[in-house]
Amino acid sequence: METLVYKRPESLLKDGHFTFCPGCGHGVVLRIIAELIDEYNLQKDTIAISSVGCSIFLEKFFNLDVAGASHGRSPCVATGIKRCKPDKFVFTYQGDGDAATIGFNETIHTACRGEHITTIMINNTNFGMTGGQASATTLVGQVTTTTPHGRKAELTGYPLHAAEIVAKCDGTAYSARVAITSTKCIRQAKEAIRKAFETQIKGLGFGFVEVLATCPTNWHMTPVEAVKQIENVTETVHPLGVFKDVTAKEQE
Amino acid sequence: MAKELVKGNEAIAKAAIKAGCQCYFGYPITPQSEIGEYMGAHLPELGRVFITAESELASINMVIGAGTTGTKAMTSSSSCGIALMQEAFSAMCCAEVPGVIVSVMRGGPGLGNIAPAQADYFQALKGGGNGDYHLIVLSPSTVQEAVDLTYRAFHLALKYRNPVMLLADGMLGQMMEPAEFGEYPYKDPDVTKWALDGANNREPRNIVSLHMPEGEMEALTNRIFEKYEQVAKEETTYESYMTGDARLILTAFGTVGRIAKSAVQKARKAGMKVGLFRPITLYPFPEKQLHEAAQHADMILDLELNKGQMLLDVRSAVFGACPVEFFGRTAGGLLTPDMMFEKIQELYKKLDNRLEAKIEAGVKKLWKH
Repeated sequence: METLVYKRPESLLKDGHFTFCPGCGHGVVLRIIAELIDEYNLQKDTIAISSVGCSIFLEKFFNLDVAGASHGRSPCVATGIKRCKPDKFVFTYQGDGDAATIGFNETIHTACRGEHITTIMINNTNFGMTGGQASATTLVGQVTTTTPHGRKAELTGYPLHAAEIVAKCDGTAYSARVAITSTKCIRQAKEAIRKAFETQIKGLGFGFVEVLATCPTNWHMTPVEAVKQIENVTETVHPLGVFKDVTAKEQE
Repeated sequence: MAKELVKGNEAIAKAAIKAGCQCYFGYPITPQSEIGEYMGAHLPELGRVFITAESELASINMVIGAGTTGTKAMTSSSSCGIALMQEAFSAMCCAEVPGVIVSVMRGGPGLGNIAPAQADYFQALKGGGNGDYHLIVLSPSTVQEAVDLTYRAFHLALKYRNPVMLLADGMLGQMMEPAEFGEYPYKDPDVTKWALDGANNREPRNIVSLHMPEGEMEALTNRIFEKYEQVAKEETTYESYMTGDARLILTAFGTVGRIAKSAVQKARKAGMKVGLFRPITLYPFPEKQLHEAAQHADMILDLELNKGQMLLDVRSAVFGACPVEFFGRTAGGLLTPDMMFEKIQELYKKLDNRLEAKIEAGVKKLWKH
């Protein structure tokens, strides 16, 4: 007897093709999101909000309604949508340039208001789409096109730790940082995103998941080297973990 | 229906609620803070949405979110706050997202001051945001007209899927006068054909402003500009007061328009043939109508509380039919009917002198023959 072990999620377009670079982390996360929307049977009730950067082309991949937002403002667009349609499932998909750099004020205030939305932030520690410039989350010492000799703390300061700061906001129900460097990690990432989705479904508050993702093209590494870079270096600066989970007490 | 004595800002907020505005997103700024205060006091008790956003950037982008669901939403701000929203206006026009923006102008540039001014005409009409786009801009001159145009703003936003700006100034926002709040007179279009509500038994939809494939953005812009032509054809409104026999026509918008009306009345009493042409829609600008009025006039006097902004549109509309003069004050300086009357007298004298000169030249010519 045959058993189906792998199928394309309904929430991904049948003729949609990811346009990311080889070894990029975006595709893995988009697939996780699509699988979860299928699992919760939310496809007919979901509005996804795209942002600016490599995270922009959601309507080319998702079999879902998509609203576009200006750079950094997708949590505001999501707020407007969710407040008008409280029974819909609303999430933003952003990068570190969008959610942690130009739009961090919006991220924080959306968290403080406890908006019933979910934000998935892909953190590849640089502006990928514009060619690999330093962002707010860039590691000290990281070589980018705007820090060709490595980020120097005395000149440009220190990386911003989004998931930890979001966790400090009273309106946040769930905040975690995950990686997608191994099968185990990918499963854990999916569970974290599931939790963040559930906090919205249960009306508990703002859900935030920061995903450490590879950017081999701009890091000038092979995909395998980029994975090692996250495991050996990035995770020492941006540690994995659940920084807030309001459901944790219930489970104890 | 009974009239009530009401402050301009509150009248706009009250009219928005009557027009069916379901959400208000804003950030406080003088001289329009009463709009947000009124909304904060009334929307929640109606079960509608009120949010004081973290910035004007956030508030206009929340309007975008509401607009993509086809919900009537608005924000309000003043000069420097409106400046922060320009990127979003451009995105709204491109993605065809409806929304209402109330701009209550204060003195500028910079933080300027909190006195009335009209120096954000360029800001409202000539961009700030990137690319080819137009807001529909409505200009009230009285509190009653602010009420009526607020109703109209919500209707036009949905009808054309374009942001609509109500461009008022601090004078109108802060003044009290009687106004009537009639029933919302428009029948709004069905939004279910385009609004986002989840791909339930239909293909997924998207409302975005990025169009990378070659030719796609140009084709979209061309289609949107065809829409603007339709707006110009069907929605252009203006007030023409005693312009039929006028030798001197005043042009003015908003509160300056009503002050100019008093100046016209004074000039008429003094025997001068003066009229007023007041655009009510600044975009679409009543270009043809002003051009026609100018055909029969000897001179246009444009009056504004700025250094000459609508002046460019007036000149373009008049297109050489007669000379165009400008008289204005800015950054909180006001024009009174008497100041306008003095300017009218000065210019009218010039017109008479010019007429005498013409006659003189004609007589000399005759003598030569």
